[in-house]
Amino acid sequence: MNLTLRIWRQSGPADKGRMVTYQVEDVSPDMSFLEMLDVLNERLILAGEEPVAFDHDCREGICGMCGLMINGNAHGPQRGTTACQLHMRQFKDGDTIDIEPWRARAFPVIKDLVVNRNAFDKIIAAGGYITAPTGSAPEAHSVPVAKANADAAFESAACIGCGACVAACPNGSGMLFTAAKVTQLGLLPQGQPERYTRVIGMLDAHDEAGFGGCTNAGECTAVCPKGIPLSTIGRLNRDYLAATTTKRPDSPTA
Amino acid sequence: MDLYIEGDPVADTRAPDGPIESRWERRRFEAKLVNPANRRKMTVIVVGTGLAGGSAAATLAEQGYRVKSYCYQDSPRRAHSIAAQGGINAAKNYRNDGDSVHRLFYDTVKGGDFRSRESNVHRLAEVSVNIIDQCVAQGVPFAREYGGLLDTRSFGGAQVQRTFYARGQTGQQLLLGAYQALERQIGLGNVEMNARHEMLELIVVDGKARGIVVRDLVTGEITSEFADAVVLASGGYGNVFYLSTNAKGCNVTATWRAHRKGAYFANPCYTQIHPTCIPVSGDHQSKLTLMSESLRNDGRVWVPKAKGDDRAPRDIPEDERDYYLERIYPSFGNLVPRDIASRAAKNVCDSGRGVGPTKLGVYLDFADAIDRLGRKAIEAKYGNLFEMYERITGEDPYEVPMRIYPAVHYTMGGLWVDYDLQSTIPGLFVIGEANFSDHGANRLGASALMQGLADGYFVLPNTIANYLAAGPFEKIDGSHPAAIEARRNVEDRLQRLLAVNGDRTVDSFHRELGQIMWEHCGMERSEAGLRKAIDEIRALREEFWQRVRIVGDADGLNQSLEKAGRVADFFELAELMCIDALHREESCGGHFRAEHQTPDGEAQRDDDNFAYVAAWEFTATGEPSVLHKEDLKFEYVHPTQRSYK
Repeated sequence: MNLTLRIWRQSGPADKGRMVTYQVEDVSPDMSFLEMLDVLNERLILAGEEPVAFDHDCREGICGMCGLMINGNAHGPQRGTTACQLHMRQFKDGDTIDIEPWRARAFPVIKDLVVNRNAFDKIIAAGGYITAPTGSAPEAHSVPVAKANADAAFESAACIGCGACVAACPNGSGMLFTAAKVTQLGLLPQGQPERYTRVIGMLDAHDEAGFGGCTNAGECTAVCPKGIPLSTIGRLNRDYLAATTTKRPDSPTA
Repeated sequence: MDLYIEGDPVADTRAPDGPIESRWERRRFEAKLVNPANRRKMTVIVVGTGLAGGSAAATLAEQGYRVKSYCYQDSPRRAHSIAAQGGINAAKNYRNDGDSVHRLFYDTVKGGDFRSRESNVHRLAEVSVNIIDQCVAQGVPFAREYGGLLDTRSFGGAQVQRTFYARGQTGQQLLLGAYQALERQIGLGNVEMNARHEMLELIVVDGKARGIVVRDLVTGEITSEFADAVVLASGGYGNVFYLSTNAKGCNVTATWRAHRKGAYFANPCYTQIHPTCIPVSGDHQSKLTLMSESLRNDGRVWVPKAKGDDRAPRDIPEDERDYYLERIYPSFGNLVPRDIASRAAKNVCDSGRGVGPTKLGVYLDFADAIDRLGRKAIEAKYGNLFEMYERITGEDPYEVPMRIYPAVHYTMGGLWVDYDLQSTIPGLFVIGEANFSDHGANRLGASALMQGLADGYFVLPNTIANYLAAGPFEKIDGSHPAAIEARRNVEDRLQRLLAVNGDRTVDSFHRELGQIMWEHCGMERSEAGLRKAIDEIRALREEFWQRVRIVGDADGLNQSLEKAGRVADFFELAELMCIDALHREESCGGHFRAEHQTPDGEAQRDDDNFAYVAAWEFTATGEPSVLHKEDLKFEYVHPTQRSYK
């Protein structure tokens, strides 16, 4: 099939950027979306033009490095699918496709479709862990975890940190990402000691990084390639509320 | 000109002796320690943030060392360990099915076709149990039984259920555990994290590894970074084949640059071809996707009995199907080790019984398991894998059997290290897939995660102290002649790549190199093929340096320039792989020489002549490398012909 691509080109953070139109011919429906961009880039290079910069690595939907706004949808039209796993059979001959980077205050553009998502790492560094220095762990079976909790923790742990939730959110909020980690660790017995300091630390880092607040628009969960549920944000809010009241659930009893 | 020169043997001077059960304990006791106050004065560079690098950086920082960590991705959480699906082995024996440290040790040595070191493998089996404890404490959400205890499953090459898993995303969950421990140390100021940075050279001063030259991939800035020791955890080199299950950015540059500076490269020809990957669909293909080996627990592998049978799989009656793994290997069936399953798939396809549009595929069929366990149970176990398969192929594996074919997946070879995981350059340590040490000629499923975390959490943080006890070493900076030279080499090379200004893209060269390697240094190798490959690689390398076209400059983000540097190193590695494969006149594990097979087509080892590690020393590009042999001794597991029948 033949397609018209309108791609965001921006040479660097200082450049204003613009949409540029390209034609690509003979696209196979079995190609992935990124392979289609590879074909375009090969052609641009041979014509002496700079190829389109875009982030990608594993190309199997798990590393979270790719992220494109495709026709205004984070990761494109197929639900539960990263851009690298999107295949061209989802499009038809003659389509025009708009391709843009994630747009959010906390994710500045580096070049073309590549953005800086370092703010996510900062949120994790501010509490998205369980403190368990190497060597200090007890026998794995000393603490059983109810299967339902383990499964629910896994569901939240499936987040790949791609940032689609932020790109889709009208407020540029990173709440779904933050809530996924808060939920995973908060559901496990190992995560209880730091449960309330964690949520405060992570939310402070979230706000400091320039992410917006959550207004329950629900766009985040709709585009999440791993289907992280909106209910995680409810859980985060409950924990945050509990953590900021004077008598926290984990306060030592007098 | 000779392809190589034979040099002196190489010995593992750190290898302990005595009873194998107490060697690791004794080595730890005999090794020197660094007191906590002195640790603060020392810096360790760690390149790579996968399971090995991430866990090592976090652990070293917890111990009190200052750590500088580097990765080429935009975040340490993206390292390719994240894509590992199936699970992680550990000798917990929670199933009461006869497992033990000794059995995991035995299975791994045998699975590696008797080409690994007994001492290293035993240590790996010992610390495997600590890894599970560590990961559970970090909040890794492993699969659990209803009673709240951990679930396990079977993997290839074992008859016990010792594989712990988190659905089909075990690597992701283990990596996030290590990443979170690392981020905690970054937050505490103990680790300086440098994402989107690529190591392009090793700095060696007075024979010791003292730093690296890195390029900031965003600004293009090149800097020299110094430390008291350097740890490479930069992964494997499967992308030399262009098409592999590795991430697109996986490369050999860090280890190859170290090799050029004097670190021996061991067993480069040992590559693992994974039997269950989604087949190639066309020329546009940029990577291959693995379908976890765990699927072989419930999926049955078959092809039609008749050649050229084009009927839809469901129209082929049971008695006209050949469940060839169950037929040839009745005791292990569909769970034979990877090398054996891959070659069997190749053989049935070569015999004209392959399936799918390209005829390079076999069926992996879940119909029986769905009948037996119900669709829900299969969904719970493999749901995400089935979805991934459907997204890529457009076919629903609940209705139609999967089509699979072998693909390059892992490399057992890597930089040579001693028992302390130190390379032949003092102060340069190599961990995870980047080293060669534990898997011999074939890695068992669910053992890569085990080794990466064993090295990073438990082995290296103990052994590196023995080296650092002599530190802190003399301060050096960018004005040191060795640093100036290393940096100039990096700058010159980037300018040379840009200056070619030819008429072919980097990818076109990489694809062509990959075809040569897959054809002649893939699942089956022969003398004639390897000699041809060496000539072709050399010619293509020449052409690369005359015709490659890179647009843009080195002063900012330039993804073509990054790729070009990596492909240039793959050319040199590819030649060494072929020479290693050519010199090893036997078949073992993933290295199958057509000239050396048993009458029924199994690998024919030659223990009298080849029970050694081939450690290669670099001389100069295009000049013969020097082969150093490390003899392998087997005191506990007697080498036999591997039989999974």
